[in-house]
Amino acid sequence: MIDLDTYVQLLGLVQNSIIAGAVLGLVGGLVGVFVMQRDMAFAVHGISELSFAGAAGALLLGVNVVAGSLVGSLIAAILIGLLGARARDRNSIIGVLMPAGLGLGILFLALYPGRSANKFSLLTGQIIAVDSPQLAWLVGISLVVLVALLLIWRPLTFDSLDPDVAAARGVPSRFVALAFMVLLGLIVAVSVQIIGALLVMALLVTPAAAALRVSASPVLVPMLASVFGLFSAVAGILLAIAGSLPISPYITTISFAIYVVCRLVGRASRRRLRAAV
Amino acid sequence: MDDEQREGGDVLRLENASLGFGERTLWSGLDLSVKRGEFIAVLGPNGSGKTSLLKTVLGQQALDSGRALLGGAPVRSGDRRIGYIPQQKLVPPGTPLRARDLVALGVNGHRFGLPLPRRGERERVEELLADVGATSYADRPVGSLSGGEQQRLRVGQALADDPVLLLCDEPLLSLDLAHQRGVSELIDRRRREHDTAVLFVTHDINPVLDKVDRILYLAGGRFREGTPDEVLRGEVLSELYGSPVDVFRSHGRVVVVGVPDAQTHAHHTHHPPDERPGAHA
Ligand SMILES: Nc1ncnc2c1ncn2[C@@H]1O[C@H](COP(=O)(O)OP(=O)(O)OP(=O)(O)O)[C@@H](O)[C@H]1O
Ligand SMILES: [Mg+2]
Repeated sequence: MIDLDTYVQLLGLVQNSIIAGAVLGLVGGLVGVFVMQRDMAFAVHGISELSFAGAAGALLLGVNVVAGSLVGSLIAAILIGLLGARARDRNSIIGVLMPAGLGLGILFLALYPGRSANKFSLLTGQIIAVDSPQLAWLVGISLVVLVALLLIWRPLTFDSLDPDVAAARGVPSRFVALAFMVLLGLIVAVSVQIIGALLVMALLVTPAAAALRVSASPVLVPMLASVFGLFSAVAGILLAIAGSLPISPYITTISFAIYVVCRLVGRASRRRLRAAV
Repeated sequence: MDDEQREGGDVLRLENASLGFGERTLWSGLDLSVKRGEFIAVLGPNGSGKTSLLKTVLGQQALDSGRALLGGAPVRSGDRRIGYIPQQKLVPPGTPLRARDLVALGVNGHRFGLPLPRRGERERVEELLADVGATSYADRPVGSLSGGEQQRLRVGQALADDPVLLLCDEPLLSLDLAHQRGVSELIDRRRREHDTAVLFVTHDINPVLDKVDRILYLAGGRFREGTPDEVLRGEVLSELYGSPVDVFRSHGRVVVVGVPDAQTHAHHTHHPPDERPGAHA
């Protein structure tokens, strides 16, 4: 443990990292609502492994790691979107892509001569230094995802609920589905940089899953999911500064704890509802 | 649609339409014209191409030959003059939508942009909810509603912008008798009051027998079209199925006996596995 003065000093150094975490948590929670409705949790995991491969490749080549991560993410997301319209096809494609991506990433890391801490952070996350130019990228991409998601919100909701009827009512299903995959790819690439490829689901799945346990309102669920995501990310970073562990165990533990509490609350309120009827 | 079309032409026309998959012909040489306010039941065993027929009208399935015209122009995908109630799928419990949101998707679900309601939309949704008798459960989560309640909402969603043609794919499946009557009367009232044409796919003609104008019966790659009295006859169905079939009428109900085994009117195919167990009991 460290004393308060040092902590406050550190806080000043990582404040941008906290901002990035907050934005990611918020946007990740919103994206997660659709990940759940479209049954894409497995796809999130698959995309993150390819994103990891892209980042590791970039590290090896000495080019921008965020760019590498983005390339990997987008390739995976678009492949899954194009080839895996139906759930079963999708799962088999992801099942094939995931080990390929992880294997490739590990190969790149093994070949990379640099510091090993750098390598590890792609898998388990890192707190990014204040002056890092990456930070602007991460926040910028998250905001783009946020705006685009809001713009396609309604057609995407319709398509997630019932693609046949949505198409019959004039929703361009294929475009909407692919657009969502691209947004998912973008936000996964950001998550990989902050929380690490292995634990992306803690911000893209868990907060939305938790929110869905306690509400069925189309307004409350996205709001809760983004608050849960934001809280997990920010609190995780604040705790990580004080300790010597990587950032991700803190974030995953907090988001998991929120999920457990939501389950209990959801069960209790359902029981109350039944008793009242 | 302008007034000229409204008076003269048919809402829907199929001209010499044929569709098949691989070796198999679902139907061929199909001619059908549907006028405003007409209620047409589409009957036939599983796999006879009823859903495919609706997909064709929706512009989601191309014909092998022939033409499909809506208001005189070739059908196209995403035409909002058509209301569509799909072969029943239950909304999974836990879906973050309330009853009113499901109906609202019919009003503005296709629109891009910030998801804020425009003026008048809330009132429109309220009106639709009242039309289909769903006001009392408007704020309940859709996933927690019964099949019949969900079906009323789908009707409300499909009626959102006063369609000229309503396509219903087995809207009565898995509903009890009271709900069957409720939903079919809802649709019947709609076409009487607003002149909406209805294409109504069903396994069981009885709940709508007193409402239908004509029947399109698909079976074994062939079809017959006409009034219930013309089509629901032993010799007609025997010819269609290529084996002896009897039709009995009693107390205003029709019972078809002797439909070949491979083409029974059972309900348990084509349903996604994620439906609630027991929903088809
Ligand atoms: N896109 C497609 N590709 C290949 N075959 C198809 C396709 N769509 C439908 N079929 C086949 O066409 C046949 C008719 O299907 P359709 O869904 O129209 O039947 P249906 O009359 O609605 O049956 P049910 O009563 O079971 O709903 C089925 O054998 C089906 O497998
Ligand atoms: Mg069908």
